[in-house]
Amino acid sequence: MTTADPIIIRVEEFTAGYDGNVLLNRLAFEVRRGEVFVILGGSGCGKSTLLKHMIGLYQPMAGRIRFGDDDIVQANDLTRQAILRRFGVMYQSGALFGSMSLLENVRLPLEEFTGLDDDARDLVALMKLDLVGLRPFAHHTPAEVSGGMQKRAGIARAMALDPEILFLDEPSAGLDPVTAAELDLLILRLARNLGMTFVIVTHELASIFAIASRVIMLDKRTKGIVAEGDPKQLRDHSDNPWVRQFFNRRTEAS
Amino acid sequence: MDTPLPTATIQLSGRLDAQTVPVLWTDALNTLARNPGAPMVFEASGIAYCDGAGLAMLLDLRRRPRAAGAEVRIQNLPAAVQTLLDQFKIADYAAITPPAAVPQKLPEQVGRISFSIWQDLLAMVAFTGESTAAFARLLIRPAAVRWRTVLILAEQAGVDAVPIVALLSWLLGVILAFQSAMPMKVFGAELYVANLLGLSILRELGPLMTAIILAGRTGAAFAAEIGTMKVNEEVDALTTMGLDPVRFLVLPRLLAAVAVTPLLVVFSDLISLAGGAMVMAALDIPATTFVNQIINSVQIKDFLSGLFKSVVFALLIAGTGCLRGLQTRTGASSVGRATTSAVVTSITWIVIADGLFAVIFYHLGI
Repeated sequence: MTTADPIIIRVEEFTAGYDGNVLLNRLAFEVRRGEVFVILGGSGCGKSTLLKHMIGLYQPMAGRIRFGDDDIVQANDLTRQAILRRFGVMYQSGALFGSMSLLENVRLPLEEFTGLDDDARDLVALMKLDLVGLRPFAHHTPAEVSGGMQKRAGIARAMALDPEILFLDEPSAGLDPVTAAELDLLILRLARNLGMTFVIVTHELASIFAIASRVIMLDKRTKGIVAEGDPKQLRDHSDNPWVRQFFNRRTEAS
Repeated sequence: MDTPLPTATIQLSGRLDAQTVPVLWTDALNTLARNPGAPMVFEASGIAYCDGAGLAMLLDLRRRPRAAGAEVRIQNLPAAVQTLLDQFKIADYAAITPPAAVPQKLPEQVGRISFSIWQDLLAMVAFTGESTAAFARLLIRPAAVRWRTVLILAEQAGVDAVPIVALLSWLLGVILAFQSAMPMKVFGAELYVANLLGLSILRELGPLMTAIILAGRTGAAFAAEIGTMKVNEEVDALTTMGLDPVRFLVLPRLLAAVAVTPLLVVFSDLISLAGGAMVMAALDIPATTFVNQIINSVQIKDFLSGLFKSVVFALLIAGTGCLRGLQTRTGASSVGRATTSAVVTSITWIVIADGLFAVIFYHLGI
């Protein structure tokens, strides 16, 4: 990833909040193709809110979120559908459909949006599960597999239609360090081999240092971005003491 | 026959994605099927882009069993696509059909269903025991019950149900009066519609109608609420905090249901009879005559037996709702099943109980 890579998402003048209270004020940043872009910050700073706006679930108070030339905020239904097809989302808890097997979960978008026949859909879905290491569990229901497996299945489902961008909400939350590290490896492998762009919300430091090509850090006091760049650079050289504290896992007193 | 067939070459070029692949895939498989003995080569140097569906097709072409000497080869695949394809082992994809469920034979099915009904009955007995024990503890220490919760639940189950109970009861009274008045009028006996209405509504239909509304409204709500709590591990949280879910969740619901159901039944009785009175007034029998006729024909024990039944119905409905809620396993569909089962089971119990009461009251002369 270099600065020469094309910009794939551009957020401009973005303001959002709940019930008239501004939580994020006039944010501006961009995501480039092939990046593992991490949004981080303390609890309650609006990380997940930002993500939910970027994937079009909420309407911001002001601003634009452009995927190429299309703005998801202003888009009409047709453009919106086209934008939605460009990305996949993995929700914090996996959000798999409990009444379906993992294979059926991954197959669902293929059934709705492609002309593949049954056998072909099964094969594509099974290969997606293979990519996340879940091929042997294809016929299990979500309740029959562990939390880490559910998250990986969530990633497989998000990848079903080969989107350019994957949004992951807290992928390593609630996982043991080994499983979390495996998930990090998976993300890196997918980014490298498939050229996917990742936008990830997390505050797992180990994970951030392992995978992030660039981070933005949100702060609830300034309601904006307090730091942007390479996480190791920020840890060692940021001139903002709060940023250094965050990356070094210290409290203000220490 | 012994000379091998010439190698057939098929050109793949352009974009292999979910839009183009379906047609291509079918064509390629047909070509393979038409040439079972010939070696096939797919020339892939022209592929500009290949997504998951394209990869699946490339894998599928090579995994099909072929005669010796008639293998499928994909040549000059762009390096980027080859890297992606190398992530998958063909051997893993020999068969991808799920293991077919073995169909159960009839005796086995009957056995399994009987056993599950037996298990369910045992669960109900255990639940009745636990609830009774919780109720006994309540008598010793009334402050242990969260009375505020009971009041809120009573409002939801009782006051909020008034409109729907009124609507259905009124309709019942009108229909019953009208349909029976028509044939009785032929004999000039339409006044006796009051006897019929008074007895059937107070003894049977008032309590039954209210109970069925309660099962659909409140029993379902109890099951869905407790079921969702179960799915969210809230019930587990209660248990580990040392709070008994039966005392904390079930008892308030039982108390609320028992408190409001008889009141709803009285209300339902009155509205039904008012509906009947309306029809009778239209048939030139004044309300005073109608009321007097009822008072003369109906005894207080008819009214009280209806009320007594409604208390039992309330316990059955609230108990079943809570039990089904607590039996919820995981997932959204499980909550749906619990709710459905709560309604079906409680209506079944209402019918059984009503039948038993008819027999018991008959023998006791009530």
